[in-house]
Amino acid sequence: MTARRLPTGGAWIDRSRPVSFSFDGVPLTGFAGDTVASALLANDVDVVGRSPIEGRPRGVFSAGIEEPNAFVEVSAPWFEPITAATTVDLVDGLVVESRPGVGRLSPEPHGTRPVAHRHRHVEVLVVGAGPAGTAAAIQAAAHAGRVLLVERRQLPGAPELADAGLLEPQIGTTALGLYDDGYVVLHQRGQLETIWHVRAERVILATGAYERPLAFPDNDRPGVMLASAARTYVEAFGVLPGERVVLFTTNHTGYEAASALVAAGAELVAIADTARGGSATDAARAGGTDVRSGWVVAGTSGEERVTAVNLLGPAGEQEVVEADLLLVAGGWDPALQLYRGIGGGLRYDEGIAAFVPDGTGPPWLDVVGAAAGDGLPACTPSWDVPGDDARKYVELQRDQTVADVAKAVARGLRSVEHVKRATYIGTTIDQGRTSGVLTAGITNRLLGWQPDAQGPSNARPPAFPVPFAALAGLDGGPLLDPIRTTPIHPWHVTAGAVFEDVGQWKRPRFYPRSGETMDEAVARECRALRTAAGVLDASTLGKIEVVGPDAGGFLDRMYTNRMSSLPVGTIRYGLMLGLDGMVVDDGVAMRLADDRFLVTTTTGGAAMVLDRFEEWLQTEWPGMRVYCTSVTEQWAVVAVGGPLARDLLAAAGTDLDLTNEAFPFMTLRRGSVAGAPAHVCRVSFTGELSFEVHVPATFGRHVWDAIVAAGTPLGLAPYGTEAMHVLRAEKGFVIVGQDTDGTATPDDLGMGWIVNTGKGDFIGKRSLVRPDTVRPDRKQLVGLLPHEPGLVLPEGTQLVAGTDLAPPVPMLGHVTSSYASAALGRSFALAMVRRGRDLRGSTLVAVVDGRAVPVDVTDPVFVDPEGERRDG
Amino acid sequence: MEETRDVLLIRCPWCGPRDEIEFRYGGQAHVTYPADPETLSDEAWADYLFLRDNPRGPFHERWMHAAGCRRWFNAVRDTATHAFLTTYRYDEEPPEPSDVAPRPEGVG
Repeated sequence: MTARRLPTGGAWIDRSRPVSFSFDGVPLTGFAGDTVASALLANDVDVVGRSPIEGRPRGVFSAGIEEPNAFVEVSAPWFEPITAATTVDLVDGLVVESRPGVGRLSPEPHGTRPVAHRHRHVEVLVVGAGPAGTAAAIQAAAHAGRVLLVERRQLPGAPELADAGLLEPQIGTTALGLYDDGYVVLHQRGQLETIWHVRAERVILATGAYERPLAFPDNDRPGVMLASAARTYVEAFGVLPGERVVLFTTNHTGYEAASALVAAGAELVAIADTARGGSATDAARAGGTDVRSGWVVAGTSGEERVTAVNLLGPAGEQEVVEADLLLVAGGWDPALQLYRGIGGGLRYDEGIAAFVPDGTGPPWLDVVGAAAGDGLPACTPSWDVPGDDARKYVELQRDQTVADVAKAVARGLRSVEHVKRATYIGTTIDQGRTSGVLTAGITNRLLGWQPDAQGPSNARPPAFPVPFAALAGLDGGPLLDPIRTTPIHPWHVTAGAVFEDVGQWKRPRFYPRSGETMDEAVARECRALRTAAGVLDASTLGKIEVVGPDAGGFLDRMYTNRMSSLPVGTIRYGLMLGLDGMVVDDGVAMRLADDRFLVTTTTGGAAMVLDRFEEWLQTEWPGMRVYCTSVTEQWAVVAVGGPLARDLLAAAGTDLDLTNEAFPFMTLRRGSVAGAPAHVCRVSFTGELSFEVHVPATFGRHVWDAIVAAGTPLGLAPYGTEAMHVLRAEKGFVIVGQDTDGTATPDDLGMGWIVNTGKGDFIGKRSLVRPDTVRPDRKQLVGLLPHEPGLVLPEGTQLVAGTDLAPPVPMLGHVTSSYASAALGRSFALAMVRRGRDLRGSTLVAVVDGRAVPVDVTDPVFVDPEGERRDG
Repeated sequence: MEETRDVLLIRCPWCGPRDEIEFRYGGQAHVTYPADPETLSDEAWADYLFLRDNPRGPFHERWMHAAGCRRWFNAVRDTATHAFLTTYRYDEEPPEPSDVAPRPEGVG
């Protein structure tokens, strides 16, 4: 027994409330108010984990969020992949396991605690309820309106807070980051986890200071502990962390900590003080303590716990004393992670050998108390001692030593920011709270610089680890993003469709029959459309009504071709370009009346296109009399295609004359379909005779059912987006965003025919004659036929000229769409290839898993190049 | 025109002060679409297309109240402090430099 619970004492624990928990499968008990760390010490657990790289035993080193050693996974009653044992409050049924260095995600969805996000507006936010924070909050409350005090620990507030007129102080609450304009994000632990979004007029940081360790050989052994932490375990938790104590100190606070342990029954074996005397030394000596002025600790021994401490005198004297606890008091560093995260700078304060705020930072921020350096003890600047550099640990969590820092400096790195990135010191869960100043001090010393030359590396939010689940709050699962479904959706579900996400929409990808693979289902759906009929739920098409006397002229400026000349009742396909001349969307414009167009967009592009319309109308052409309204969800669209489409629509019941003469390609007619009022459009995305039936959304399901009922005897198959992709690719129709990537002009796509350069200006027109857009060696859309007809080239496959694949190999292009085609009886692809149109008829090489697969370059239209099937 | 020093509270000229998350950024303001792009040289067109100012200090910017009235407006914002110095309607003239803060050369 070396560590134990004291019979009395412990300001933060409630001895009337025992708590059961388990650590590494061993059932243990503690008290309400304990942390996992204090309860482990009370149970005399020396080794809390192994270091991640060297596997060295490690114990509890601190009593707070600066802990670099004792990490655990929490698996019940909630899950947390990795967190410091010093920050986990003990609750009944808590299950923790040692987790050195790196956390792991639970293999299963796990129960996180319920999370709330709350918003607060206050005049003053005070972070930290120690003496300075409490005083600042009380003072602020006398002058300002709403004053919120938050404290990381589960502490009862000071009694004088009760009548000070503050908002209810929030305990167990950690500030994660300060942002512009006094926006502060807080994380409150508890049965309900809360992320607070606080907007404060003024923020006061009273975040205190962290005790700094010292680097000496084997300073990582369990039983080596920050002096102030040992004192906290005695006074706050009633736990004595060791019986025979050695203190290694640079300042008087070490003496105070040692005294607290002595008062609790420990034996103080010796004090090694880097300073040469002083009042604390005199008092300790008067009490009979063996104080070695100018001595240091030069090493420790022991297996899984310190059993002896090596002392080294100023003249090289060596002595070994038996001890089970070594207190380290290297000085105090203001806790400035939050201050630095918002741009506050540091200056070195020689008296306390620490970096303090230099007065910069946002005007709404103040730093008070120990965080500002106030009241910190005078201290001799000490970072490390003579001895084996490779055993002097600077960053316990990364197993990085003085030797590693020296290696980085020897490689020419001078800034602590570079040393950090070379050694990973400070990239830890505690963000280098115990290692940062030590590393800066050692780096400065190695470079022959003064201690003030540079301070610790910067910190950035979150200042303390926070579970992603807490940040996500309720924005998870089905609430992550809106799910949009069409009026026909329930039918697809019943039919067993496999869905895919297109933007926020759920679209049927294919409809497998029992036993069918996806490839088989898609081939069947494609065959049905090419030989009989197919039906697609196209309701997700973006639809925008563009209305007003200037609607036609406006669309002329937004699309590459002329829309203003469309007769009422006709339809025109158009490309939308960016100002840089690159294709950003496509769709058709239907003229419903002189002053009224219905424009369709890609499913994913609808919001972007409406944004674009509104932007140009508001910012450049405010005089145009045009109104744009999104009607995507007002219309359901049932697309019927295939050689039997005409018969099928007639069988479903319509008053429209469906003959080519009365209803030619690229026109629309109003009438009724299956009794519902409809716009029917002769457009085709498959090359087959097609009718797109637009009906008010409430009629969508009815019309779908009627068409399916009428078509089933004719061999109709509903088809999904996968078959649609194959069918359109067989015709060489591009999908914007699949075959294009924002770098394709209409000409690159072989669609120069759709650019009307005679009609006046349109968005992107000037860019089409920029030197770069008329380069002859641009990538152009072509078709590919692999020599292995069974091989579907992966999309993204690179295309090269020859079979010699030894680098460097010039890349000529890449596959953009690739499928097995039922109509062709083989695989095919679309690709963007440098000078592709000139290369038609030649053979290139596709690189598939490092293998050279020859491919013939062809025209991108594979099925019905004459367009004879379009009219049925 | 209302002068402000807000960072995360943006004063929409139509809706008043609203949280920054409701807004969308739209780049430098007062870069007008050329009246006749076809008459521009390649260099002049490229200048319009690609080149924008990037000052440290007050900058005239376009913003849009995307989750509100969906109107575009202009703002003068200090790129060093992120403080909005003023916002104004799209059809209003940009404020005189003396109305906001001193501007570095070449801004706006």
